[in-house]
This record gives sequence, C-alpha cells and structure tokens, in this order.
Amino acid sequence: MIAQQSIDARRVPEAEERRVIGMPGAARASSVSVRDLRLAYGALTVLDRLSLDIAEGEFIVLLGPSGCGKSTLLNCVAGLLEITDGQIWIKGRNVTWEEPKDRGIGMVFQSYALYPQMTVRGNLAFGLRNAGLPKAEIETRIARAAEILQIEPLLERKPAALSGGQRQRVAIGRALVRDVDVFLFDEPLSNLDAKLRSELRVEIKRLHQQLRNTMIYVTHDQIEALTLADRIAVMRGGIIQQLADPKTIYNRPANLFVAGFIGSPAMTFLKGRIAERGGASFFEAGGAAIALDGYQGEVPPAGREVILGVRPEHVSVGAEGAPATVDIDEPMGSDSLLWLTFGGQSLSARAPAEHGFGRGEKVGLGFDISKASLFDPRSEQRL
Amino acid sequence: MANPDMLATTLAATDVMGRAEPRGARPRKTLSRRNVMLYGVLIVVALYYLLPLYVMLVTSLKGMPEIRLGGIFAPPMEITFEPWVKAWSEACTGLNCDGLSRGFWNSVRITIPSVALSIAIASINGYALANWRFKGANTFFAILIFGAFVPYQVMLYPIVILLREIGLYGTLTGLVIVHTIFGMPILTLLFRNYFASVPEELFKAARVDGAGFWGIYFKIMLPMSLPIFVVAIILQVTGIWNDFLFGVVYTKPDTYPMTVQLNNIVNSVTGVKEYNVNMAATIITGLVPLTIYFISGKLFVRGIAAGAVKG
Repeated sequence: MIAQQSIDARRVPEAEERRVIGMPGAARASSVSVRDLRLAYGALTVLDRLSLDIAEGEFIVLLGPSGCGKSTLLNCVAGLLEITDGQIWIKGRNVTWEEPKDRGIGMVFQSYALYPQMTVRGNLAFGLRNAGLPKAEIETRIARAAEILQIEPLLERKPAALSGGQRQRVAIGRALVRDVDVFLFDEPLSNLDAKLRSELRVEIKRLHQQLRNTMIYVTHDQIEALTLADRIAVMRGGIIQQLADPKTIYNRPANLFVAGFIGSPAMTFLKGRIAERGGASFFEAGGAAIALDGYQGEVPPAGREVILGVRPEHVSVGAEGAPATVDIDEPMGSDSLLWLTFGGQSLSARAPAEHGFGRGEKVGLGFDISKASLFDPRSEQRL
Repeated sequence: MANPDMLATTLAATDVMGRAEPRGARPRKTLSRRNVMLYGVLIVVALYYLLPLYVMLVTSLKGMPEIRLGGIFAPPMEITFEPWVKAWSEACTGLNCDGLSRGFWNSVRITIPSVALSIAIASINGYALANWRFKGANTFFAILIFGAFVPYQVMLYPIVILLREIGLYGTLTGLVIVHTIFGMPILTLLFRNYFASVPEELFKAARVDGAGFWGIYFKIMLPMSLPIFVVAIILQVTGIWNDFLFGVVYTKPDTYPMTVQLNNIVNSVTGVKEYNVNMAATIITGLVPLTIYFISGKLFVRGIAAGAVKG
C-alpha cells in the first residue's frame, strides 16, 4: 500500500505538466482528474480507459445521447459506483476508494431526490448534521444558501408543497450548504418544463459565476451544454468523442457523430470527392461542385472521397450560385428551413422567413466554406 | 368570478335564442335496475357471511336450558354474560381451570415479540437486498424465497430436536424464534420490493449527504415506509395469533397459545358440551385479529394515500 501511494504521489506533477501543455487555459490546479477509468459489469464494459482533467472553477458538461455513459461517469466521480479500474482524483487527493461524503462533492439529481418527510430546512440540514457540524454553523449555512437561491420563504415547507422549479432550487441548495469544491449535476433540468428550464439554466450559470466552483454537468440537451459549458465533453458508447469549448465543438466537430449531434437543425452531410481545377480545390458530388478555398484546415488531395458537413445557417439561398431545387419549406417563425436537392443529395438551408421560394423552384446556393467540415468516410474523423 | 372559462361555458349552454340547455351530469335514479341488482347481491352475500357470526353471538348470550330448546336463530329470551365469564376465566382445559385468559396472555407474549422481531429483521434484510447490492445478494434472496415453499410439516420434527438441543423446547422463547424464522421469506420479499420502489436517487442523495447504512435506514427509509409496515404487522399479527400447528407442537400445556386452548375447550370430550361457552370462547379468540383489521385497515388506507402523493 505504501509503495503504491508513493508512486501515485510521484505521478501528480507529471499529470499537471501534461495538462498544462495539453489544454488551453488550464494553468490553474486540476480540480477533478479521472485517470484510465474502467467500469465493467461482467463482460459488459460501460466505460473503458476514460481520462478527463477538469481545471479548478471550470464548468464542464458531459453531453451525449441516452446510454452513452455520461451519468455513469458522474456517478463514478461521486463515488456512488464502484469502479473496476483506474483512479479518481479530486483536489489533488486520490479519492478512488473514498465514500461519497468524503470526496468534497455535492450532487443534484434529475428527480430532485428531496427527502419527502423532511421540511426544506431539514433537507438542507441533513448532510450537515451527519457531518456533526454545530447548530449555529448549520443555521448560518442554510441562511446563506437560502439567500443565494431565494428560497427563504420555503424553508418550513415539505417538498410535496413545492413546485418543480422550487424543488430543484432546494436540491441545488442541498449541495450548496455542504460547502464543497465540486458540484455534480445529473440532468438537473430534464424534469422541468421548457420555460422553467431556461430560467434555471440562467440561474445555474449565475451561480457558477458567483461561486466559481468546479461544476460537472450531465445533460442530453445541447442547448444547455452550449450555453453553460466552459468545455463540453461529447460522449458516445462510453468514450469521449471530443472535449473542447462550445465554439470549437460547434464549428470544428472532431468527427461525424459530434457534427451530427450538435446543432439544431442538424448539419447536413454530402458525400462526394475532392477535385482540382486550375490550382483550386473543389468538392464534387453528382455533377455539382463547391469551391473549397477558405476551408479551415488542410484540403485533402484530389480524388479522395470525403463527406462535406455544412450547417443550414452557413448555406445561403439566392438566385445566383450552385444550382439546387427546393423540396420542402419548413417555416420556423423567425426564419425558414428549406430542404433542397443539391447534386442528387438532400441538403437543408436556413432562409429568411419571407424568402419567396416555392416548391420545385430552381435556386442558387452559396456556401460559407470556412465554417464547413470535411470528414473521412471510413474513419468518420475530421480531415 | 366571471373568469373566461366560466363565461365560455355559460355562453355555450345558452344558444342564440337565449334558451338555456340543461348542463352537468345526467341525474341518476337511486332505484335504477343496475343499483337494485348491485346492492341486492351485495346485501345477500353480506347476510350469508354474517349469519354464522350472528348465530355465535346469539348462542353465546343464551343459557344452556334455552339452547336445548333448539331454535338457533332465535334471539336470546334472557341475555346472560355467564358463558363469556366462564370462557374467559373458568373453563377447564386439562388440569388448568382458569379459562382462556391464560392462553390469551400466552398468545400476547408470543405475538408481540414475534411480530416485532420478524419485522425488524425482515425490513433490514429487505433494505440491504434492495439498496446495498452485495456479492451473492441474488443467490441469498433466491434461497430465502425458496424457504417460503418448504412445507411446514417437513420442518416440524427437526425443529423439535433443534429446540431441545438448545434448551428452548416448550418455552415461549422457542416459539418466538420459530415464528420469526418462518416469517422471514415472505416479509423479506415484501420489504425488498417496497424499498426497491423507492427512487434510487433518494438513496444516492443520502449517501452523498454522508448517511451510512443505518442512517439511511432510520432517517430516510423508515419514515417513508409506514404503509408497508402496516401491511407486515397485519400479516404477522393475524398469522401468528391464528397459528395452531407451531403452538401445539413447540409449547407445553402451561404455555399453550390461545388457539390451542380454544381447541381444547371446544373439543373436550368429558362432561356436557357447553355450546354457549364454546361460542363465547371462539369469539374472544377471534377478537384480536378482528380488531387489528379494523384499526390498521384504516391506517393502511391512510398510509397508502399518503405514499401516493407525488414528490
């Protein structure tokens, strides 16, 4: 055991260096560090050799479809699941085998998970009483949390007498009073209706700006991810597909999955190949061609098969440009989504609400190629 | 009061010509054919089941001369509580002539610790099986459930030997242990399923809040589980109070539970059959489970209703 620990201790600076070199803006101390995490139930591997370093005060969102392992990862960090292999460090301490209460974390759940038989005050005090804090200290902390979350009038009520939004606020308060280093959110807004969700989203962001705690936030809602995160980890099948800030994730997705998962309406993908004429590169598909000058990245050599991904808002529809035919018009209020046939493939584009294009009409398309992405059809990776 | 909804309904009910149409549910006749059939059948069935109870009650209030006249449905001409007193404190079973009272107190001394012990252990078992999935938990549970299907008769004699060896044969303690063990499979199943239905996130939240195995059990789970405890209490009290087989096998005449004593009074072959005393004794014995049903039945419904509130 002692030998093991000394090895671990020596590994810390190494990890620090690697992180400082490898990650932008992460000069601060690492707050949560997941190292080679593996979780398996018998033959079924849920998480495999997953590593993730989170800087102090960072807001990180784990984003992915259902069953991608994002909640599982959060539960591992919380200590609610026993991991098969690997290590979890919080605040420079190896907490891999520590109880959830000793890890310095607070957790907020999707179903709020308030203790139904206790009042709001009782709910907030429960963890503090278990920690054996003096009464006066408990009262001070509850008062402070209640003030931050504006739940003072609710303190004597039972959870059943609260609305969904109020319940979730109390649940956040329960993490807040514990005065922890790291906040864990497990889809906290999924049970709320759309309006409350956007309200509480802003409130969580404000809370983060106020407290500057490290926050790990699990969601399948990309709007939440894009609005809240300092960095997003897009996950699929227990593997982090891309870990980057929201802008990079949106504009330079690392692979086809990330590109298709992020963005609404979704990115369209065109199959084709690279062609070269007169020193300029083109993307060719079914007789149509798109000039690739201005592409952010290296354009592959001519003849190579590629997939071009463009977001609807980066395609402009007009009279001039690459020829296409209008199929379907989906008015969305502020603008319209046009489904077009371009080079024998389906493509969507955003157009102003009063675009005036009818079904079957021939139009010309313009592409903002600097915001487009080229993918390898076999590896599905960005080129 | 004139909110838009009400206005709309009023408008809808009043047509263009200003005539008011009838509104609300169609009124039902109390004596509709459906109601007559329904309540008729219910009343007949209720009477059918109440008749034996009526006969018992009436007979227990009659003196022996009146019973010999026949007419078991006739109400007593002269009400006497003599048979009740005799059944409670004077009826003879074997050498003891202190009536059912001895058996009653024996049964109380058997039932209370058996119920308390079996429910306490089974609820902890169920909680551990539902929330703290340890290695081999499923195997353990399967074996426990299998225990529910072993016929009691198979176990009777081995347990006699077992109790004799540990010096508890013929004692109330021995019987309490037997009842506790035999209640375990079904009660554990009951509690496990109930605790498994408690949202897992609540359990996780309590763990993050630093509550341990017992902290979560006593402070989170227990206060939420009144309904299932009431169900378990009803099940155990009636089951153990009504038990005859274990009582007659594992105790001695001094420590016989009430059911065994009732049997001895009713089935005594010496002397005259005192029907009125027998009836009174039977009612007294049945009174305890009956009371439990009446009291906790209400609590039970209330508990279920309280648990049904979302949140």
